[in-house]
Parts: sequence; C-alpha cells; structure tokens
Amino acid sequence: MFGKLSLDSIPYHEPIIMVTAAVIILGGATVFGLLTYFKKWGYLWREWITSIDHKKLGIMYFLVALVMLIRGFADAIMMRTQQAIAAGGAEGYLPPHHYDQIFTAHGVIMIFFVAMPMVIGLMNLVVPLQIGARDVAFPFMNNLSFWLTVAGVVLVNISLVVGEFAKTGWLAYAPLSGIKYSPDVGVDYWIWALQISGIGTTLTGINFFVTILKMRTKGMTMFRMPIFTWTSLCANVLIIASFPILTVTIALLTLDRYLGFHFFTNDMGGNMMMYVNLIWAWGHPEVYILILPAFGVFSEVIATFTKKRLFGYKTMVWATVAITILSFVVWLHHFFTMGAGANVNAFFGITTMIIAIPTGVKIFNWLFTMYRGRIQFTSPVLWTIGFIITFTLGGMTGVMLAVPGANFVLHNSLFVIAHFHNVIIGGVVFGMLAGLTFWFPKAFGFTLNEKWGKRSFWCWLVGFYMAFMPLYALSFFGAMRRMQSYEPTGWQPLMIVAWVGAVIIAMGIACLVIQIIVSVKDREKNRDLTGDPWDGRTLEWAAASPPAHYNFAHLPTVSSIDAFWEMKQQPGGFKRELAHEFEDIHMPKNTTEGPLIGLFAIVFGFALIWHIWWLAIAGGLGIFVTFMFRIFNSDTDYYVDAAEVEKIERAYYKRLEVQV
Amino acid sequence: MDPSGEIGQGLKSLIITAFGLMLIVVIPVIVMTILFAWKYRGTNLAAKYTPNWEHSNVIEVFVWAIPCVIILFLAILTWQTSHEYDPHKPIASDEQTMTIDAVALDWKWLFIYPEQGVASVNELAMPVDTPVHFRVTSATVMNSFMIPSLGSQIYAMAGMANDVYLEGNEIGIYRGRSTNYSGEGFSEMLFDAHVTSVDNFDAWINEVRQSSESLRFQGNYQDLAEPSIAHPIEHFSDVSPNLYEDIVSSFHSGQESQEQAGSHADQEQSMPMSAQAAE
Repeated sequence: MFGKLSLDSIPYHEPIIMVTAAVIILGGATVFGLLTYFKKWGYLWREWITSIDHKKLGIMYFLVALVMLIRGFADAIMMRTQQAIAAGGAEGYLPPHHYDQIFTAHGVIMIFFVAMPMVIGLMNLVVPLQIGARDVAFPFMNNLSFWLTVAGVVLVNISLVVGEFAKTGWLAYAPLSGIKYSPDVGVDYWIWALQISGIGTTLTGINFFVTILKMRTKGMTMFRMPIFTWTSLCANVLIIASFPILTVTIALLTLDRYLGFHFFTNDMGGNMMMYVNLIWAWGHPEVYILILPAFGVFSEVIATFTKKRLFGYKTMVWATVAITILSFVVWLHHFFTMGAGANVNAFFGITTMIIAIPTGVKIFNWLFTMYRGRIQFTSPVLWTIGFIITFTLGGMTGVMLAVPGANFVLHNSLFVIAHFHNVIIGGVVFGMLAGLTFWFPKAFGFTLNEKWGKRSFWCWLVGFYMAFMPLYALSFFGAMRRMQSYEPTGWQPLMIVAWVGAVIIAMGIACLVIQIIVSVKDREKNRDLTGDPWDGRTLEWAAASPPAHYNFAHLPTVSSIDAFWEMKQQPGGFKRELAHEFEDIHMPKNTTEGPLIGLFAIVFGFALIWHIWWLAIAGGLGIFVTFMFRIFNSDTDYYVDAAEVEKIERAYYKRLEVQV
Repeated sequence: MDPSGEIGQGLKSLIITAFGLMLIVVIPVIVMTILFAWKYRGTNLAAKYTPNWEHSNVIEVFVWAIPCVIILFLAILTWQTSHEYDPHKPIASDEQTMTIDAVALDWKWLFIYPEQGVASVNELAMPVDTPVHFRVTSATVMNSFMIPSLGSQIYAMAGMANDVYLEGNEIGIYRGRSTNYSGEGFSEMLFDAHVTSVDNFDAWINEVRQSSESLRFQGNYQDLAEPSIAHPIEHFSDVSPNLYEDIVSSFHSGQESQEQAGSHADQEQSMPMSAQAAE
C-alpha cells in the first residue's frame, strides 16, 4: 500500500534531525495559527499564492531563497564543525552516513534553492519594470514556475525527516547514484526535487526570453536595454539551452534506477563517462546563469551610485554575449583527470581561459565607471567593491584550475571548494544581496536599514576570507573535498580558522535578518514615495514604489540608454504628475491552477520516491486534469477600467503630495 | 606542497608560473579598485567628475589587449604542458619502466604487480628513480588514484583501463588516496606508497612472496571486493594470471554476474537480459 514507506523510514534515533524537525513543525504550526487567528488565509490566497503579478512572485522567490539559505548554511556550519574536530583518528560527531547527506544537501540547496530563486526572483521583480512592460509574456506560466520550484523545495525538506537525502555529492555522479550503489530513497529525492523544479526553471527561461524580446516598451531597442535586462536575457538563453540537458540526464538516471536500464551502470554497456559529460554540459552553463545576472546588478549599482553612465555599455553587452556562447564549450574542464588525451584537455583548458578575457574586460569597465565618478558608499556599493576584489581572485584561481597540468594535482582537492565559493559567494551572493538592497524599496516602498546592511557586508567579507583562504592553503598539503575525517593533525588549526570564518558568515546572515526586521519596524521613517530613492537611471525608478499591479498607467517611451536618467535631464526635468486621460488596461487574472499543479507535483514526486504507485497515478492525473482545466479556461484576463486606474493613480499622487 | 617526484615538481612550478602571470593583471585591478574608490568618493569634490563620459578607445584597447596577451601566454603554456604532463605519456628514463596495476575497490586499493606475480592491498612499493606505469581501473564506482607528493591523479572507472606514469625521486613513504568521493568509506580509502631503494624494493617483493595467501579472480578476489572500511594491509604471494584484465573485462561480459564486485548492498539482483541486448 505505501511502497517502501514505513514508520521505520523516519530517523527517530538521530537527535539532530529530530530537533530540527521539531523546530520546523513548531514554526509551521505557529505560522498556521497566526494566519488563522488574524484571518489572513483569504488574503494570502488572493494576494500571493494565486498571484500572477511578477513583482509578488519575485518577492516570494526571494523569501524562499532566504529561508533555504538558512537551511543550507546550517549544513555548512555542521560540515565545518565536523572538519574542525575529526582530525587524526577522531571521528567527530557526524558519521559518514550523515555527513555525506549533508554535503550533498548543502550543494543542492545552495545552487538550486538559494542561488537560482534569488536570481529568478530578482529577474521577476526588475525585468518587466526595466523594459516598461505590465507583466511577463506568460503570467500563468510564471506562477506555475514558482510553484514547481516550491515543490522541489518541499521534497528536499521532506527528505530531512522522511527517509534520507542522497549521499552522492550534489551532482549525483553515476554509478554511485545508480540503484546498485545507492539502493535507498536518497537519490530518488534528489531526482524528483531537481526534475520538478528544473521544469519550472525551463519555463521561466522561456517566459523571460519571450518577455524581453517581445514586450519592450516603445523605443526600447535591444541596445537601449538596461544591462541587467541584457544579462537576464543571456541567462535565460542559457536556461533554455542547458536545462533540457539536465532534464534528460536525470530522466535517463531515472530509467536506470526505476526500470533497470543501463545508461550509466558499470556493466551491460552503461557508460558513466557519458553521465559526467552530460551533467557538466548543463552544469557549466548553470554557473553563468547565476553569475551573469549578478554582473547585471553590479553594473546598475555602480552606474547609479557613481552618478555616471556605465563605461563601455556596448562592450559590456558583447562581453556578456561572448561569455554566454563560450560557456557551452568548456564543460570538460571539470574532469581533465578522466583520461582524455592531451589535445582534448588543452583545447578545453584554453577555451576556459578565453572566458577570462570578456570577464576581465567587464571588471575594467566597472573600474572605469568608478573613475571620475562621485561614489556614494551605500551598502550596494560596498557589495560591489567587495565583489570586484574577491571575484578577481576567484577568477585567478579558476584560470589556474583550467591549466590541465595544474588540475591533475588540484582536482578534487579543497582548492576547488575554495575556488567556487570564491566566485559564488564573492559573485552571486554579493550580487544578489546588493540587488536585494538596491531594489527592495521598489518592491516595498521603503529602504532597508543601511547600518545593518553594512554590518552584514563586513561580516560576509571577513567571514568569507577566513573560511576559504585556509582551504586554498590546505589543498597544497593534500586535503581533499568531501572528507568526513582526515589523518594529519597538522591540518586541524587551519580547519578551525575556517570554522571561525563560517561563524562570522553566520553573523552576516544574522545581520541580514536583523536588517530586514529593523527596516520593517522603521518603515514609516524610511518611506520612499517618490519611487526613485537612489536617483536611478532606468525605467523601474519611473514607476511608483511599490508599483501598481499594472506597473505603468501609461507605458513610457524610450529614446536612449538610461532612459529615466535622460528624462530627468530634459529641460524642466521629470515631473510626477497626474495624467489627464486614462485608458483601460488589459491584465491577466489570478490563477488557482498554478499552486494546484505545484501541490500535485509534490504528491506525484513523493509517491514516486517511495514507489507508492497508486498515489503517483493520482498525483499525475491531478496535474493533467488541472492543466487541462487551465487550457480550456478562457476566463484568464480582464480589463482594469480607466476609472479604476484613475482612482489608483489619484490616491498615489495624493500620498506623494502629502509627503513632499 | 612538497613534491618528491619530477612530475610533482614540474606541476608545482607550472602552478607558480600561471599564478605569477595572472598577478600581472590581478594586482593592478585590486590596486585600481581601492584607489578609484578612495579618490572618487562622493565627498571628495576636488576630484574630476564627468557624468557623461562613457567611452574611450584607448582604454578599450588596453582592457581588451592586456587580458588577451596574458591569456595568449597562458594558452601556449597550457598547450605545451598538457602534452608534457599528459598522464598517459611514458617517462623518459635510463631505467626500464615497470608496471603496477591499481584497482579501486570499496573502499581500498588493490595493487597488482604483473611482472612479479604478486599483489598487495593498501600498500604500494616502487623503486626510486624508476618510471612506473600505473594501469588504473575500478571494480566499483568512480574513484581517482592519486599520490599527491608524486604528481598527477587519474580516474579509476569500472570496465575501463586508464593509466598514469609516475616516478618517485626521493626515498620515503608517501600517503596515497582516492580523491574522488566514492561513498561511505571514502575518507579512509588511503594507502602508503613506499618509494624505496632498488634493494629494498626487492626485499619488499620477497616479503610479499612469503605470504601464504594467493589471490584468484574466481575465488577470494570476490571476497576482497566486498565493501570494507579501513581495510588492513594484505599481501598475496601469488595472483591468478591476467587478474587485472579479468577485472576490467568482467564489466564487458554483458551480464551482471551475481558475484560482481563491490555491491554496496545485497539487493537488486541481476536482471534477466541477454548479452545481445546489452551490446
């Protein structure tokens, strides 16, 4: 009846897991209770869960990412603690069974359920506003993408308490992830969490690709698009081109595990090298999906806060396009040690290094944007400067790894761990936190507290260097990744330094949480009604903060790069005035099908993980029927009539006058 | 890092060269970042301010040319060293190259000496200044064979015969390991590599020959291949001929043999499927 699932699947004997589960259940019950007490369920359902508003979906993506950041970080600090203890024969407090799940979960969560939702959340919030659109091209699909991502998140979190997670490393290399070597449900959780959320990501890629190409406002040619929109466009091209590879690879692994196929098994003609090639053919573009939008954020931040046009806009665009293309011809650098010949290795080593050229150019362009500017040291600028220095170092170690000869000794060592945290923390995390601070007032109408933001920055920066510089050093003494314990006691002091670094990063995360709480408390003090708290340059700052659900009552017309800045430079400047005439605005309706499909996807995935076939059929049918219901539902849009628009706009200008 | 083999030393200097080349651009970037940030701080009204300046051909040429030139140097270096340090390339030496087979098992290393007809588990001996051709495979999941002090690593994969040439130039005991995560016992998949004088190597071989144990593919090899963690050192005075080849080809048989090595769990037994279907 319940497949592999039984009461024994719950790890009662693991105190760490049970305490965590208790905290999650208590927290969930509290939220549930509060929502019921304050009668907010209806509000939550109407305004958020079924919303197709790209701004609200962006906020929800970011919220999911921040929650999962805490989960992923808990894994990180547990690993660092284990390695700080388990030297010279000591086993530490985490047996391999548990430790191996933790490093797998850490990688999966941080990439798929922290970095990706942050990047996609920011794109959701910003891109339609930047291009002067009222929503994305496919609003229902946008809502569906979000709920499919949440379905993945839910499955990963269920694995904490029911059964176990994969013990394979975040990419689940075959044949270790095959049924023979991983007979438990851990890899199945990995499969279905990534498969379901990955389809959501693919849909997002298509959605934003079409949105950017087709929904730009009048006058916004490709070469007048803000840089963040450009980098998002390239990231979405990468999503469209690479995520199907992930989907197929996971599907093949699924056939191996569920139906006894032999794509990636040791024998019967299976080929594990194919798995490694395929997973990195997706995996390498994936890191550029994360970093390109971060580059976009830094470009917007640096131009805004130096009060100066971005240096070399066209160069920046072409560098981004070059990186996009090159990112598909470097995947083999993740496994030079597989045994390919010298020519093959050299080819992929050199293509990898070539990416350093456009990336280096970008760095110089940010520097020359600062040059002869008037830099305001707000926290987004601190993140940007921290990024330039940290990322340059990370890029350097990346090029070192790209030399096959060097890679033969550095591969699989802590050098690799230090390198990619160097670029992901220094690049993606810094970028997303800069973006959070920068666009928060656009989403909520008040700015974030600067004091706590700067504290968070300094903790992250110092914590990063303390946590990861020791790992570079340790790698030269032969320390490898994924060690649950190690012999040489000489490594222990540096491991303890790294642990201290992780604690400082924890303080950085705490500052971030405090920053948000303090800012919400002081929201009246930090209120920004103008919609343009930073003297911004691009169209999103022309809209109100938070924008009306239709974004712009009248779609703006664009005649140059930095469109909003140019409007403000016109004689007489840009005035926020109530228009005389209003028109009906065509808008999409909320959807119940998106969250429903997400819910059925959880049921479907969970049932397949545990081989509960009847439930899987029920879940699959649920998805299908809901989807059909949506397809044959023609009542999906409406008009906000002109009178209603006028009412909303009048109310806004009234508030504006009171403030000014 | 304190490499004790020529390859290890060569790779060390390669890393240092690449590092140095990149510092040419990394140091100026860091200096410029701090300098510009300081000089053009908002409160410094004395500094020049050009809000609409956004293009300069001279700067564009430099910011493209400098990285291009450095990458050109690195690319040449990469091409040359990829060939020079190709793991599959025999090492030129007056000494004759000897062959040792390394087999990754769950979670231990089996070393077969085909020329001497002996084998050992988790202990490796090789004569100093003698190139060794390691033939590397796995009878379980993917592992990576590495003796960090001696140089390059190479993946060990079931059914595939990989190889790496290494040479120890200083007598000593070096720690070797699997570097590619392979499951529960991975952290303790370690072995000692003894780089010895020629005499001591012969003595070690003799010591192994004293062992009463022999190793047969269709016999106790299958027991050895069962998962074990921190496996003690074992010596085998006699091994079945072609043991290494048998291990590699056992994954080409088109049949999941029941005694197949390295199952992490005794379940999901072989599927009835013909050899033709798998080809």
